[in-house]
Amino acid sequence: MISQDRTSQLPDEQRVVMTAVGLTSPNGNDLESFRAALLNGQSGVRNYNIRYVGDTFAGVCEFEGTKYQSKKDIRRGTRAGSVGIFAAAEAIRRSGLDWANVDRSRVGIYIGVTEHGNVETENEIYSIKAYDYDTTYWSHHHNPRTVANNPAGEIALNMGITGPHYTIGAACAAGNAGIIQGVQMLRLGECDLALAGGVSESIHTFGIFASFKSQGALASHADPTKASRPFDIDRNGIVVSEGACIYLLERLSDAKARGASIVAEIVSYAINTDATDFVLPNPERQAQCVKMALDRGGLTADRINIVSTHATGTNSGDSQEIQALRSVFDGCETVSFNNTKSFIGHTMGAAGALELAGNLPAFQDGVCHATINVDNLDESCEIPGLVINQPRELNRVDYILNNSFGMLGINSVLIVRRFS
Amino acid sequence: MTPAEIRDEILDILSEIAPDEDLTDLDDARSFREQMELDSMDFLDIVMELRKRHRVQIPDDEYGNLASMSSTVQYLEPKMRDIVAA
Repeated sequence: MISQDRTSQLPDEQRVVMTAVGLTSPNGNDLESFRAALLNGQSGVRNYNIRYVGDTFAGVCEFEGTKYQSKKDIRRGTRAGSVGIFAAAEAIRRSGLDWANVDRSRVGIYIGVTEHGNVETENEIYSIKAYDYDTTYWSHHHNPRTVANNPAGEIALNMGITGPHYTIGAACAAGNAGIIQGVQMLRLGECDLALAGGVSESIHTFGIFASFKSQGALASHADPTKASRPFDIDRNGIVVSEGACIYLLERLSDAKARGASIVAEIVSYAINTDATDFVLPNPERQAQCVKMALDRGGLTADRINIVSTHATGTNSGDSQEIQALRSVFDGCETVSFNNTKSFIGHTMGAAGALELAGNLPAFQDGVCHATINVDNLDESCEIPGLVINQPRELNRVDYILNNSFGMLGINSVLIVRRFS
Repeated sequence: MTPAEIRDEILDILSEIAPDEDLTDLDDARSFREQMELDSMDFLDIVMELRKRHRVQIPDDEYGNLASMSSTVQYLEPKMRDIVAA
């Protein structure tokens, strides 16, 4: 008999489940279309031009902005707010909740962001250039748009949510960090429903492209759909993308009481820090983070069916993550590894949450989507179980482990389980 | 700019600030706030747009003149009469 994980032995009031997911990604605006794109090898990366940097690539989201916002609110707010509102409202729409009668003072909003405020600051500086940098032309909207809680606050304003709202700044580990914060707040009883995940508006700041370019870490390729190519020998950097993915999280006891449809159960997580470099990852600390998540969940590495890798397409980052994973999953022959950035680029603050979402339907269809654009696998990125270019049928998927790492050495790992 | 041209310019600014509003039947004599959803940040947008488009400076203590279309046009006419409409 297969042993239970540690979380399954907790009382229902301490177990946290995902009961809905809302998202917008460069290749889909709901879980079904996003999953279909991942299974069909459909990239969401396109040609893109941004001021000062010029022609480059990006993953761009195209969704019906006025579905949940007035034109005025779109104008007044930020892109991070808009993608977040769309994802949060979609999660609620799909949740089966009687939203009109939900006590919104008991709803918490926890949104991961890689960065926030760069877009608006750049826009204002660009704008006042035409007025010889006279700051009397600086917008009065700048502060409410750039405060760090803006993306979560716009969701609260739009949906009339009066519980706690804030963002979690965690570089590119932020999507996982937002979900983890939601789990913790539910366990503490700080809220009864948590809207948790991550957002990214980063394609609208030239600075992020320029900085990656100066770092030698911005992807280039003749074909935009081939530009994001983690693990390939010819990978040459990151494709910057926007997106949002927000989960509705509930305590299992509450989800059962209302007869909610359960997408997955969060069984474990871990966050740690390299403390070794501003940008370069540390595979030893990454491995410790993965191991800590497994240990906390009472799981051995061979219990994991799918590992959703963080790999961004940079030369050192990809091989170092694989180095970390080899050390944890050595000898685990049934574990499959994939990567979502190969399809949609790096959705920054949304990445952890979106990349997990695209794997969740594997609990039903038993398929591990691939990592695409691997024409020649870099031997430093070889690991048994890496699903290359074509999806792989697995007999049954019970556990998915989601890596998400970021600058300043922040590592995050989330493990979710099929709920049955 | 003539008073009619100033009015058209204010309408254009309003349509940008409040893109969901139908301004077709705007009553010039009634306050904007009675007819539209405008808050203090929106009025600051009107002030900012006039500054950006025409370098018209409106002191804080004169914002009250922007209450309605007729009061706005009357207030702006001496400030904008020498501006050539685009």
